[in-house]
Amino acid sequence: MILDDFLVRAALAGIGVALAAAPLGCFVVWRRMAFFGDATAHAAILGVALSLVLSTSLFAGVLVVSLLMAMIVSLLSGKGFAMDTLLGVMAHSALAFGLVAVSFISGVRIDLMAYLFGDILAVGKADLAVIWGGTALVMGLMGWRWSRLLTATLNADLAHASGVDPRRERWILTLSLAVVVAVALKVVGVLLIAALLIIPAAAARPLSRTPESMALLAAMIAVTAALSGLQTAYWFDTPTGPTIVSLAAVLFAVTSLAGHVRRKVSRAGPASDRPP
Amino acid sequence: MRLLSIENLDIALGGHLVLEDVDLSLARGEIVTILGPNGSGKTTLLRSIIGSLAPTRGHIDKAPGLTIGYVPQRLHLDATLPMTVSRLMSLPRRHAPGAVAQALRRAGVTDQADRQVSALSGGQLQRALLARALLESPDLLILDEATQGLDHRGTADFYRQLARVRHELDCGVLMISHELHAVMRASDRVVCLNRSVRCAGPPERVVASPAYRAMFGHDNLDALALYRHDHDQARVPSELSS
Repeated sequence: MILDDFLVRAALAGIGVALAAAPLGCFVVWRRMAFFGDATAHAAILGVALSLVLSTSLFAGVLVVSLLMAMIVSLLSGKGFAMDTLLGVMAHSALAFGLVAVSFISGVRIDLMAYLFGDILAVGKADLAVIWGGTALVMGLMGWRWSRLLTATLNADLAHASGVDPRRERWILTLSLAVVVAVALKVVGVLLIAALLIIPAAAARPLSRTPESMALLAAMIAVTAALSGLQTAYWFDTPTGPTIVSLAAVLFAVTSLAGHVRRKVSRAGPASDRPP
Repeated sequence: MRLLSIENLDIALGGHLVLEDVDLSLARGEIVTILGPNGSGKTTLLRSIIGSLAPTRGHIDKAPGLTIGYVPQRLHLDATLPMTVSRLMSLPRRHAPGAVAQALRRAGVTDQADRQVSALSGGQLQRALLARALLESPDLLILDEATQGLDHRGTADFYRQLARVRHELDCGVLMISHELHAVMRASDRVVCLNRSVRCAGPPERVVASPAYRAMFGHDNLDALALYRHDHDQARVPSELSS
């Protein structure tokens, strides 16, 4: 069977995570939640530790801890702490507690590196099912709520007036973020999940005129980075997760340059659009 | 038909009472303007009506199924969010391209449809936001200093469009404005707000009230003079024009 090939499984895992992360990453960028994504990802290592202690599934452990973390941040953010301070405290203490907790677990040999940097080549059939289940869930949520999410992102008052509750949409995004983190853990690891969210979206921005085109382009860039990263890592025997992220960064540099050139050209021509 | 009725509304923000014991009602086809100095709670009142702020005390009752068209004081668009004017028109609900084009034409921003929202001037953005609000065929139009950033002609166009829209859609209009003169002419009722309602009623009655004078000082006299001037002109056009 075709899924018996570990490279095929790796490619499918990469595509799945790319498709879930890219549109969500656009919202993370638009709402300036980049650090929030980071914090959720760092909390994941605590989720790993908990799921090992309680011997539950990794996915469930990471999901629960990520959501818990998001909830605490939301509750505290109105209480006199600046958001970035709060996220900094939460992210790094969750990571630290996670690392300490992992060290207490005896009897199980844990490859910590696999969680920090991921191991896409070790993705099994069950992992694939979890990844694509999560991807379907996140893409379904995004598609279903797209207009409402977008309106809430644009302006909270405009959303309220149109009967959209921005707090509810925020929770949808938080939930999706937790799912993507849980799903992407195996592929790129805790330290690079945020990169997979943000870099494709940032790379798509200079060439986009509407939110929809940006999300679509981000998905294409993410899939390209995943597949070419896998291939490159195979050729040069480099670590796969970091190679994928490196290639996404290269694509970011290329589109930024293209956007810059296009602006120059259009400024020389008749007055036209100017994406910032 | 009563669109909106507010009773004994208190709103506290950060432990500070911004609105106190506010009563307000608005019927279909009525234009009501809120006047008040900076920090008097005008925007807070509008935000509580659209549901952004929950009442600390009192009630805000809206007619069942009421649709609201809202134009904010200003809209800040994050630079990372690409958005064309025509896409903005269809948020959150999609409208037919023909309807969008017509709304933009009426707002006087036809040629801006394909531009990025971030490239619009303040006045153009206000016009576009009004067009967006009208596309929803709202029962109640809520405008927070919607003429901010508009030039003289733009402001005149705006009030003309408002008068037409009120008849076409048969909607209620609730707005905040600082243009006393235009307000006096365009509004059916005026509400002076300074934490609580200080005076309310038809423009000519409000202008004559001591509470209004206390609030606006000498501005009051200018507005009153202009207002009377307009009325005199309207009453005796033949004598003046000949």
